Amino acid sequence: MAAAESTLLPIASLVRREIIRFVRQRSRIVGAFVQPLLFWLFIGMGFRASFQPAGVAGVQYAEYAYPGIIAMVLLFTAIFSTISVVEDRRQGFLQGVLVAPVPRWAILFGQALGCTLLAVMQGMLFLCLGPLVGAGLSLESVLAAGVTMVLLALGLSSLGLIIAWRVDSTQAFHGLMNLFLLPMWLLSGAVFPVSGVPTVLAWLMRLNPMTYGLAAIRRAIYFATPEKAGAAPGFTFSLAVTLAFSFIAFAIALRTAKSRPV
Amino acid sequence: MMAVTVHDLGYTYGARTALAGVTFAVPQGEIFGLLGPNGGGKTTLFKILSTLLAPASGTARVFEHTLPAEAAQVRRHLGVVFQRPSLDLKLTVHENLIHHGWLYGMHGAGLRDRCHDVLRRFRLADRAGDLVETLSGGLQRRTELAKALMPRPDILLLDEPSTGLDPGARRDFMHDLGHLRREEGTTVLLTTHILDEADRCDRLGVLDGGRLVALGTPSELKAKLGGDVVVIHSDTPDTLRSRIHEQFGHTATVVEGNLRLELPDGHEFVRAVVAAFGSAIETVSFGKPTLEDVFIHLTGHRLWAEEG
Repeated sequence: MAAAESTLLPIASLVRREIIRFVRQRSRIVGAFVQPLLFWLFIGMGFRASFQPAGVAGVQYAEYAYPGIIAMVLLFTAIFSTISVVEDRRQGFLQGVLVAPVPRWAILFGQALGCTLLAVMQGMLFLCLGPLVGAGLSLESVLAAGVTMVLLALGLSSLGLIIAWRVDSTQAFHGLMNLFLLPMWLLSGAVFPVSGVPTVLAWLMRLNPMTYGLAAIRRAIYFATPEKAGAAPGFTFSLAVTLAFSFIAFAIALRTAKSRPV
Repeated sequence: MMAVTVHDLGYTYGARTALAGVTFAVPQGEIFGLLGPNGGGKTTLFKILSTLLAPASGTARVFEHTLPAEAAQVRRHLGVVFQRPSLDLKLTVHENLIHHGWLYGMHGAGLRDRCHDVLRRFRLADRAGDLVETLSGGLQRRTELAKALMPRPDILLLDEPSTGLDPGARRDFMHDLGHLRREEGTTVLLTTHILDEADRCDRLGVLDGGRLVALGTPSELKAKLGGDVVVIHSDTPDTLRSRIHEQFGHTATVVEGNLRLELPDGHEFVRAVVAAFGSAIETVSFGKPTLEDVFIHLTGHRLWAEEG
């Protein structure tokens, strides 16, 4: 019980706080929903006439891009939520947390879980839009996609935390994140499938952890009609890679947080 | 048992020595002040005791726990108020307190009662539902103190607690600390460069250049100077200094262009010196020693010297 009190309650508290803060900042809510929605609309309509994604017969471009948009929601929300760690350091809130009798891993897990939940809640909302583009969803699909989203978002939040614990300003955070945020998304299979791209690009896509998170979501959505998922890697394999990714990213984030003086 | 024991403590930032051989102990239930100028080593000492920095040499203990090895146990005894605010501005006063309680493993009725109790004690009950960012500086400071006290700490550490408070709010703040010590037996260790605040502590350690230059109650420290303090402002301080030495045998120190003398019979001297060198004197002041005088006596410079 003592162990639970010194870890579970603090974790719950940090998560709750992250969500309250998100809800109180209206602009964040609007940004989180409207931006991916516009992206989806523009990409879906814009590429519709010109492109037929390779190896995915009978799928409109907007439908192909749909799991990719979910991945984008997770990526952007999870990573940008971790900015709050930079703000907490600057505004002083973090000092109070660091002198509390809470193990460092619990602090970090609370931060990562808060960002993960924000990302997954939005990812789930976008998942519900699937039927609009012809992706019928079963309960099984929603559950499998949900589990994948949690793991992927946890990995991405940890990635954000690795940066957030190192930098002192939100500008530095934005600068660093922009370096690999869009490339990570573009090379995950969100916009074009891996089949038929030049070898170098194909390898970059295979090394990108996002690729597997997205593949697992795509496979989960098309459990009933696997031909619509094209050549994406299999569900179980993709889920395993995503799990490994989130575990490793969290371990690195924890090491970063432990070595960083206040 | 001593609440805090510091022995031969040292800390350096690269080539700069922040603390050198600092030794003192604070018994339970005392209000202990660390007085010194900015850069004197107070904040470094505060960070070591609050488990944010590990001592470079010497030992620091909180009750029977040694730092940094037993930081986890030490944290259970501490309530910490930082110089910079540590509240979440986007949360209400109440939410900040509950969050802090959870961080310390409090829950259920115990948490609710304690929250109610500190809100009442710090006259914050009617603002409990307000976002912290809408509160005045004094109210935010009080919320900060209330937050640190949520888990009923045995020791309260405060770094420059009255920064940004007007004198009235500062008096209230010290008054609250006195109450707290009486009602909950809390040991209070605070850093300050404000003399008024230092005067209200049970005991003081004076830190300058990383060294502890004096230790005692405010009245003990003042008594060490003995008698009166006479300060003479003159356009020709050096000439006047040697003439005073020739005629009266007293050696004055020159601090920021003023002559200072610590004498058993200041009033007699004032009369005599004005009679002898009236034309060389612009103003003379005379009084019982203050902590500022003690500080100048110990260090040869003023508390705010770095701003001169």
